[in-house]
Amino acid sequence: MEDIALSLDTVWMLLAAMLVFWMQPGFALCEAGFTRSKNTANILFKNLVDFILGSLLFFFVGFGLMFGCDGAGFVGAPNWGDLSFYKGALPVEGFLMFETVFCATSATIVSGAMAERTKFSMYIIYSAVISLIIYPIEGHWTWGSGWLCDGSADSFMTTTFGDVFHDFAGSAIVHSVGGVLALIGAMALGARRGKYSQDGKSRAIPGHSLTLASLGVFILWLGWFGFNPGSQLAASGEVNRTAISHVLLTTNLAAAAGGLATMAVTWFKYGKPSLSLTLNGVLAGLVGITAGCDAVSSMGAVVIGLICGVVLVYSIEFIDNKLHIDDPVGASSVHGVCGILGTILTGFLAVDNGLLYGHGWGFLGAQCFGILVIDAWAAVCGVVLFYGIKKTKGLRVNQRIEDEGLDIYEHGESCYN
Amino acid sequence: MKKIEAIIRKTKFEDVKEALLKSDIDWFEYHDVHGIGQSRQERIYRGVQYSTDVIERVALTIVCRDQFVDPTIKVIINVAQTGQVGDGRIFVSEVLDTWSIRTGENGDTVLRDKK
Repeated sequence: MEDIALSLDTVWMLLAAMLVFWMQPGFALCEAGFTRSKNTANILFKNLVDFILGSLLFFFVGFGLMFGCDGAGFVGAPNWGDLSFYKGALPVEGFLMFETVFCATSATIVSGAMAERTKFSMYIIYSAVISLIIYPIEGHWTWGSGWLCDGSADSFMTTTFGDVFHDFAGSAIVHSVGGVLALIGAMALGARRGKYSQDGKSRAIPGHSLTLASLGVFILWLGWFGFNPGSQLAASGEVNRTAISHVLLTTNLAAAAGGLATMAVTWFKYGKPSLSLTLNGVLAGLVGITAGCDAVSSMGAVVIGLICGVVLVYSIEFIDNKLHIDDPVGASSVHGVCGILGTILTGFLAVDNGLLYGHGWGFLGAQCFGILVIDAWAAVCGVVLFYGIKKTKGLRVNQRIEDEGLDIYEHGESCYN
Repeated sequence: MKKIEAIIRKTKFEDVKEALLKSDIDWFEYHDVHGIGQSRQERIYRGVQYSTDVIERVALTIVCRDQFVDPTIKVIINVAQTGQVGDGRIFVSEVLDTWSIRTGENGDTVLRDKK
């Protein structure tokens, strides 16, 4: 029986890994749709190459950094392609695949925010650094049983907050890190030409296909059904089958609530419901629920979705109109802001230890501290990485290439012929 | 011999086409045109409001003998009129000569209007 249970768990983990892989085309289509047709081959290529690189780098080095043992809980030892160090109930190769697709998700978030103006060669460098260093190290602090999730009685987290940081499937670890890097990358790059007028007013640069963007978002929604329920890493037995069902429900409820809230806000604010933003609203709900999808109730999931859907609209406006950071697809708001929000809201709404259920401030404190540490790490790395490239090699294509399209000059092939 | 150029609503194109074929015209050209006018359309993309002043219309080009000019114009106005701003314009101009490439003959008899 136990053997069959393990097989069932393995099959569920592998199936979920496949669904999470399916988020790559989701991101590719979503980003392609929200950008102009002269840069479509470029954005598709970026989404392709970060999975190619991420898969190899995570296998050779990242997996060890994230899950290897180091004793102090800050960083594991690189595994150099050797998986034998890992001891777990599930087959290590399957588990590696599952973690690889999560790493690639974190890396691929950035491409959308930096779309339409980044040198392809420089994209390869920073995508590699994310998969190689930034993600595995903060991943080690948490999912790699590092110091943020160390629940032993004399650990730092237990003695300070009485609870450990909780991020079930990666609102903080995957999405907020991708979102923070996206924001810093877009800031280092500068806005696309023509995005802001002389007097600093934001101009619309409509993407070339809301059809592709919509399909991308539906695909991401489906992929999330692997991302969150798969993170249980088990399906057998009553506890697990109840848990993955609950997680699937909370995931979907938050997505729907996020979309509903954004639709309502845009309808009220602009007089018409906005599809381009409501698509982001669905993703905002999904990102928001990812941290606490196992810990909150179904109603809690709806609340998280609604809050993320409302905040999203104002966050996109703020980043665009006030900060003047040009993020063509809204990645910094969807993944960054809503990832942070979802992680903190888990501290309020977790049934077993959340503040609103009368369990005190400890867990909320752990959540706030955790997200602060993780995103500070991402921000410091992002500043060094993006401004380092900017100072030395230059992040941005020259003006002529940007005006005429990256497809022709960076790749020599255009998407539509 | 005159050239009639009519700029009409895209939504009226099928109706005008049918009406012209039923009248005395057996050949005309058309193409999609983009015009810039005073009317603006408000649009919103990802929370940024902007206005587009590009107006999409269909332009018909009809060359016919003098006696068919007035009936043709009547047909177009009858069918393409909605009464709202933006119904379009008709321009009439003189055509100096016409040649048939197949036979090499010239003059307005080349235009094989039905009557």
